[in-house]
Amino acid sequence: MKSASMPSGSWAGRLAALFVGLALAFPVHAQGNLEIDTPAISALRKTMQQRHAQLAPLYASGAVGIAADGTVSLRDAAAVPLAQRAQANAAVAAENADRAALYREIARANGHPEWEAEVRRTFAQRWLERAQPGWWVQQGAAWSRK
Amino acid sequence: MNPVARWLFAAALVASTAACVTINIYFPAAAAEKAADRIIDEVWQLREGAGSAPATPPAAGDAK
Repeated sequence: MKSASMPSGSWAGRLAALFVGLALAFPVHAQGNLEIDTPAISALRKTMQQRHAQLAPLYASGAVGIAADGTVSLRDAAAVPLAQRAQANAAVAAENADRAALYREIARANGHPEWEAEVRRTFAQRWLERAQPGWWVQQGAAWSRK
Repeated sequence: MNPVARWLFAAALVASTAACVTINIYFPAAAAEKAADRIIDEVWQLREGAGSAPATPPAAGDAK
């Protein structure tokens, strides 16, 4: 084997290379943007954007609210005409499935599936903060109108 | 390899393992918030030109 005959000096070289490599790897991990442009994430963003046309009137009427856990919730079914209730329910369910997939995919795309819960928490907070006036938002367990 | 090199190598292994653990528990909160805002802009269409263009042409409203 080649390495067996190497002088010990080459070990110092390897060590130096190892430390240089670590020093370079650190900032790459520690800063920058999260990856959100994978095909899976882009597809989710697109379907969620298209679904928003259906959900926006439900947010405005208060039928659907922005929940504290990063989902949306049919909080007042009576605000939806009976004929459209099933459709609203389906839209809410589909939206929540996409959101769960989005949080999972973002964590995965960045090499840390265990970040999913924190990604969800971050999104939950941003959805609430950026909800438009008149929409219903959930803080703690209580619902209030923005 | 001689004992000193072996010891140094072991120390480097321990150090790099510790570094990996440190990286693993670190969640980039600021980057996550930025990513969330970008996606929310796009999904709720809060900002023109954020992501792909909306399917319907935006009404040329007065953005004062």
